[in-house]
Amino acid sequence: MAKLLFLGQLEDIAGAPDLTVPLQGPTTLADILLMLPPILGDALSGPKVKLALNGTLVTSADLILIDADELAFLPPVSGG
Amino acid sequence: MADVRLALEPFDPAAELTAFAAAHGGAGGIVSFLGQVRAGEGVEALELRHFPPLTLPGMQALAQTTRDRWPLAGLCIIHRSGVMHPGDPIVFVATAARHRRDAFAAADFAMDHLKSDAWFWKREQAAGHWRWIEPREQDHADLARWGRG
Repeated sequence: MAKLLFLGQLEDIAGAPDLTVPLQGPTTLADILLMLPPILGDALSGPKVKLALNGTLVTSADLILIDADELAFLPPVSGG
Repeated sequence: MADVRLALEPFDPAAELTAFAAAHGGAGGIVSFLGQVRAGEGVEALELRHFPPLTLPGMQALAQTTRDRWPLAGLCIIHRSGVMHPGDPIVFVATAARHRRDAFAAADFAMDHLKSDAWFWKREQAAGHWRWIEPREQDHADLARWGRG
């Protein structure tokens, strides 16, 4: 299983701050997004969404998740 | 050393400024900025969310970049996360330097980066309804003033 975390407005689209997805072995990000409702999958794969795998920023190209991974989806920030 | 804090509870900016000035009594100039929750436009509350693995480390990296760029005697950055109400402090930046221009520029630089380059997400409540705040173009234009790095 892998855990997906949704920050900012992505939480509203997902309807929850996180989601656990079952994995049958190492799974590409593209395949994980296909398991989700299309509206959520589209929002998560937007060009401005950054990714953190187990707390470290990564690029989405060819990302593969394994059991117990935690992947955070980070939309554009707005602080201060 | 910079004093960098992610505040999960309200803080007192006046007390922070007093302590900062006392700690840097030898500096010729101290500049501080306080960002607080705006009143009006029907806003009842503001919430800042953060991502623990990245938010404080990112603030610490920003403090280091700021110190590398200007000769500062001291730097303090405090940013709230959580639910706030109009008038509540959100962000506090203070710089101490031998000369005022370095203190002004360093505080300005740190604030521009906190606004648009730190790991925070903001939403506001009006008429009982929460709405996420999109990044403003002006914030990115402000950031571009400093070039890269």
